[in-house]
Amino acid sequence: MSHAADPLAPVHAVTQTPYKWGFTTDIEMDMAPKGLNPDIIRLISARKNEPEWLLDWRLKAFALWQAMTAPEWAHLHHPPIDYQDLHYYAAPRKQAGPARLEDVDPELLATYEKLGIPLKERAILAGVEPAEGERAPVAVDAVFDSVSVATTFRATLAKAGVIFCPISEAVREHPELVRKYLGSVVPQGDNFYAALNSAVFTDGSFVYVPPGVRCPMELSTYFRINARNTGQFERTLIIADAGSYVSYLEGCTAPQRDENQLHAAVVELIALDDAQIKYSTVQNWYPGDAEGRGGIYNFVTKRGACRGARSKISWTQVETGSAITWKYPSCILAGDESVGEFYSVAVTTNRQQADTGTKMIHIGRNTRSTIVSKGISAGRSDNTYRGLVRIMPKAAGARNHTQCDSLLIGDRCGAHTVPYIESRNPTAKVEHEATTSKIAEDQLFYCRQRGLSEEDAVNLIVNGFCKEVLKELPMEFAVEAQKLLAVSLEGSVG
Amino acid sequence: MLEIRGLTAAVDGKPILHGIDLAVPTGEVHAIMGPNGSGKSTLSYVLAGRDGYEVTGGSATFDGEDLLAMAPEARAAAGLFLAFQYPVELPGVGNANFLRTALNALRRARGEAELDAVQFLKLARVEAKRLSMPDDMLKRNVNVGFSGGEKKRNEVLQMAILRPRLAILDETDSGLDIDALRIVADGVNALRSPQSSALVITHYQRLLDHIVPDRVHVLAGGRIVRSGGPELARVLEEGGYASVVADAA
Ligand SMILES: Nc1ncnc2c1ncn2[C@@H]1O[C@H](COP(=O)(O)OP(=O)(O)OP(=O)(O)O)[C@@H](O)[C@H]1O
Ligand SMILES: [Mg+2]
Repeated sequence: MSHAADPLAPVHAVTQTPYKWGFTTDIEMDMAPKGLNPDIIRLISARKNEPEWLLDWRLKAFALWQAMTAPEWAHLHHPPIDYQDLHYYAAPRKQAGPARLEDVDPELLATYEKLGIPLKERAILAGVEPAEGERAPVAVDAVFDSVSVATTFRATLAKAGVIFCPISEAVREHPELVRKYLGSVVPQGDNFYAALNSAVFTDGSFVYVPPGVRCPMELSTYFRINARNTGQFERTLIIADAGSYVSYLEGCTAPQRDENQLHAAVVELIALDDAQIKYSTVQNWYPGDAEGRGGIYNFVTKRGACRGARSKISWTQVETGSAITWKYPSCILAGDESVGEFYSVAVTTNRQQADTGTKMIHIGRNTRSTIVSKGISAGRSDNTYRGLVRIMPKAAGARNHTQCDSLLIGDRCGAHTVPYIESRNPTAKVEHEATTSKIAEDQLFYCRQRGLSEEDAVNLIVNGFCKEVLKELPMEFAVEAQKLLAVSLEGSVG
Repeated sequence: MLEIRGLTAAVDGKPILHGIDLAVPTGEVHAIMGPNGSGKSTLSYVLAGRDGYEVTGGSATFDGEDLLAMAPEARAAAGLFLAFQYPVELPGVGNANFLRTALNALRRARGEAELDAVQFLKLARVEAKRLSMPDDMLKRNVNVGFSGGEKKRNEVLQMAILRPRLAILDETDSGLDIDALRIVADGVNALRSPQSSALVITHYQRLLDHIVPDRVHVLAGGRIVRSGGPELARVLEEGGYASVVADAA
């Protein structure tokens, strides 16, 4: 072994992230022709048997979008996207809307099996805890390109009064709820990507938890982009009625392809009085190769409205994938004493770029928000935290605490912290702490001296760095997230 | 067990060790004393394989194996342990988790079965108790917010749990109160056996009252300038380094 004079030599090595979810599914697809215009939107709406009001809503969004330009303030660089060169609708042919599990194309079931997503409902006995090592049952809505292919445990949920279904179905079955809340948090013209999504969204999940109900199981949606040159524009709408509670998980992967794929989702959360929504994401879209070829462009608008008094919305995200991430899950704290939380781990390696953070808008009295952001950069990646805390004039007694830590692995990556604080109420208190550190050579040596391999040492240090965030994830997801962190950083040292 | 011959080493291109000859036979405890900046810690880092500590000549073998050719973790697996002069903090990493990961890595390397969390905690509690350390040290993050003395004790706890065959203690006694000093000495003595050895770096005779060494070496200016029995430490305590260093020059 050479005793190179440079003590950081081991961290200079190039990252080689093996992406394990890069396979493609060979399946007959029903595709819309490339391009975006009112006719394509009419086609999408017709394919989904949508009511007139929704088509009008989409067309209005399209008109707004046409007058907008993509935001340029983010710390991101990519060639311009040709929005006319994409398919806006792609659905597995055999599948006309979600059906019973038995009717789902076996090729699709196999895909989700390979991804480790349970689409088969295991028999669960009421009140019986799953044995150790066994997964607790999670209801899953699986979205494959533009459509939901299966939603599990619907009967169990229905018994509790919880509605969990594809949004295209909710449009038909629960139009009053969809009409009331769709676009009420993220209006059509909110931003460039949200407008695009509003015009062409194809599927996504819908959740409604009635007053006083604690949702009996974790809900999850699993997004998979498979088709080539296809954008995925899903729309998620979650409503927690007064005094209810729901925990929702979102996971995603995409095949390994040389060209970039576009993902522009909108997620809207609404919490009424005393309701709580916990929204967790483990985002693992294909990040592109070591040279920066391919990968998903992830432009997402996620926003939660704490409408009711004492309501609470908590975002937890572990972001390891995508070539580009543009994402700011936010909370509008309108209800008095409402609480917003944002816990984030964003990992970038190779040539990945992430510009992510949150917005906390304090409107009600005694509203509180907590932001914990952990950025990890390796290789030649760039990782930016961008956070806005805005205290409106009526938000007396509002509190925010922001903690923003960056960890650098190697010296060719970058970390940037951009906090915006606007306080218009003198009784509010806003605190911001930021740190940047490197995995120090002495930490690695200390671990290795105790017998740990370099990779184990990095994992241990990285997991320690992210602990505050990982502990916010539901147990099973936390374990998966830890594994994902290890895989993402594999080969970034040594 | 440990054989060092003509070892020279440089840090950042600056030569620090100028030819160390030292043999620690199996079962013996040797002490190294020497003025500040004489190269004691450098020697311990070179033996443990720290990057940036460049060996420019000579050799070091451990049980006949070329120690200098091994990665740091391989040296640890072979049984080498270094109690750091300045233990390193690992934020967010629980002490118990860290120690179990380390112990299992060593056990794996030796082909032994790994310990689960329950088995490990049982073992760790016994050792912590023996060292009069409160259990909650195991729950805290590695060395984070530990006082100077607590950090040193934590090094000894790690040593007690990992049970090395060659322990190098770099000023583990510095910054310890009288009681802690005793505990640390007891910890080292407990590991004393015909199969294991120790290299104790210290500035003070008082530690050597508790850990009576087989040999004492004086390191000055990157060389061993004097070696002797336990009485040498007492001579140093009285006459200071000047007497022996001048002697050797
Ligand atoms: N990175 C470095 N660059 C230059 N000189 C260094 C470096 N690291 C150590 N040295 C020098 O090497 C010499 C030996 O240092 P070392 O830490 O081994 O001394 P020591 O005998 O352990 O001292 P102490 O008793 O104070 O612990 C010192 O003069 C020190 O300044
Ligand atoms: Mg020293």
